[in-house]
Amino acid sequence: MAYIPLILAAVIVAWFVAAYNKLVRFRNQIKNAWHQIDVQLKRRYDLIPNLVEVVKDYMSYEQETLTRVIEARGAALTAKGPAAQAKAESVLTETLKSLFAVVENYPELKANRNVASLQEELTGTENKISFARQFYNDSVMTYNNAIQSIPTNFIASFFNFGQEAYFETEPESRAVPKADLR
Amino acid sequence: MAERNGAACPKCGGVNPPGADFCYLCREPFGTQPGAGALVGPSPPPSEALPRLRPVPMLLFTEAARHNVRMSFLLFALLFVVFFLLGTAIGGAYGDVGAGLGLSFVLYAILGATAYFSGSSIVLSIHGAQEAGEEAHRQLRNVVEEMAIAAGVPPPKVYVIPTEGLNAFAAGRRPEEASVAVTAGLLDRLSREELQGVIAHELAHIKSRDTLYNVCAAVLVGAVALLSDLFLRGTIWGRRGRSPGGRGGRGGNAALFVLALLLAVLAPLAARILQMSISRQREYHADAAAAGFTRNPLGLASALEKIAAGGPHVPGENRGTQHLFIVNPLRAFGPDASSLMSTHPPTEARIQRLRAMGGFAAGA
Repeated sequence: MAYIPLILAAVIVAWFVAAYNKLVRFRNQIKNAWHQIDVQLKRRYDLIPNLVEVVKDYMSYEQETLTRVIEARGAALTAKGPAAQAKAESVLTETLKSLFAVVENYPELKANRNVASLQEELTGTENKISFARQFYNDSVMTYNNAIQSIPTNFIASFFNFGQEAYFETEPESRAVPKADLR
Repeated sequence: MAERNGAACPKCGGVNPPGADFCYLCREPFGTQPGAGALVGPSPPPSEALPRLRPVPMLLFTEAARHNVRMSFLLFALLFVVFFLLGTAIGGAYGDVGAGLGLSFVLYAILGATAYFSGSSIVLSIHGAQEAGEEAHRQLRNVVEEMAIAAGVPPPKVYVIPTEGLNAFAAGRRPEEASVAVTAGLLDRLSREELQGVIAHELAHIKSRDTLYNVCAAVLVGAVALLSDLFLRGTIWGRRGRSPGGRGGRGGNAALFVLALLLAVLAPLAARILQMSISRQREYHADAAAAGFTRNPLGLASALEKIAAGGPHVPGENRGTQHLFIVNPLRAFGPDASSLMSTHPPTEARIQRLRAMGGFAAGA
């Protein structure tokens, strides 16, 4: 009978450790998810010059479209502030779309394996960006739920686990459809 | 520590997650400016703009994964008991319990180890799956990577089954060493969105560790079938060779022989029913999770329609592995597929559920 308090204490400690570790795991997942978004954005910036390089020889009459893509990429890279950034990103998406629309008019370009694979790469990257944002927000929600619900909220407040912020895009960029670059 | 609230970028004021090296929004590196990594007070209120389709709570996956690990242990334990019983009964029927037990335990150990350590490579090679090439299957690889990001699992290995049939399956003990296989016919016929749905469904199986359980179930069914097969054939062939001539009968106990016969017939049946009933639940769960990953249930719905509409069979599809596929390859897809012995819910019902989710998403 004397062991009962001991066993009880052990159970409580075990639960405590498990709950704490769970919160740490969730928090690290959020960091990782954030990193993932960034990796994909960089990838998109890197892919665009390659695409422009490949298509520019074929598209002597479409210099304007190419220039717009390059400018949009530059603007996205240098945009200041969240609103401007979101806007620049969506402009970039739009210009890419129009570039691919133009590509449709050039049969020899469409048949070019390099162009096709770059096009697929960009579509994939575009999707990865939005899925990474989605996963980030899902992770934040899981974490915030955990630190706000009983009983983990006691541990959260004891060890200063605070709420995380959701990734939010500006209203105008919300309307941007998920890459439709097929 | 107030850092938990995330660092405000000193330049643009954007809120970054703690530990960020530079501002995500304006790319201002932290630590170069005075006051860098300054902290904002309370975080902004949670976004109202969360996707309308509910994300699948991550805890559900943890739960499902734990459940699957428990169930897999249970299956191996069950398999042990079945082998013990069959071994005793069959050994007894031939008059040598020790040999029966020994043989069945050796079989058990070999099968269990093979299933656990090379289950997925066996399943992949049975269906002739080849690793997807970097160039040749760029879109498939991209879609898998996209969905792995959405699901938050490491990207699995990607395989293509060179056949015109339409199907897909996932294998692997753990998400870290999982594989996804799709048929070439599927790649030809599905749009990118539909492919996303299918891959998301497979990743949901991987994330909830259904794939571990599935391999174990395949082994259980296969092993029990094998053992009882051995016995039943043995009773036909063994009579001549084994009957000790002098005594004019089998050395074993007749009652045990009947018991062994009964077990040998019933055990595979019981194992199969177990395999079926449990895997149907998982399909609905994986469909729902896939909708959560893609936020687009209609993609998977129309993929299922195309798959159900049919195509030639995938080579190597058989009773042992039928429950691994996204749509049961061996069944007609009518209402009759919902019988007790079916590994999958009727595809019609799955499509209906997905369409209902899509209706919500579109209407909101």
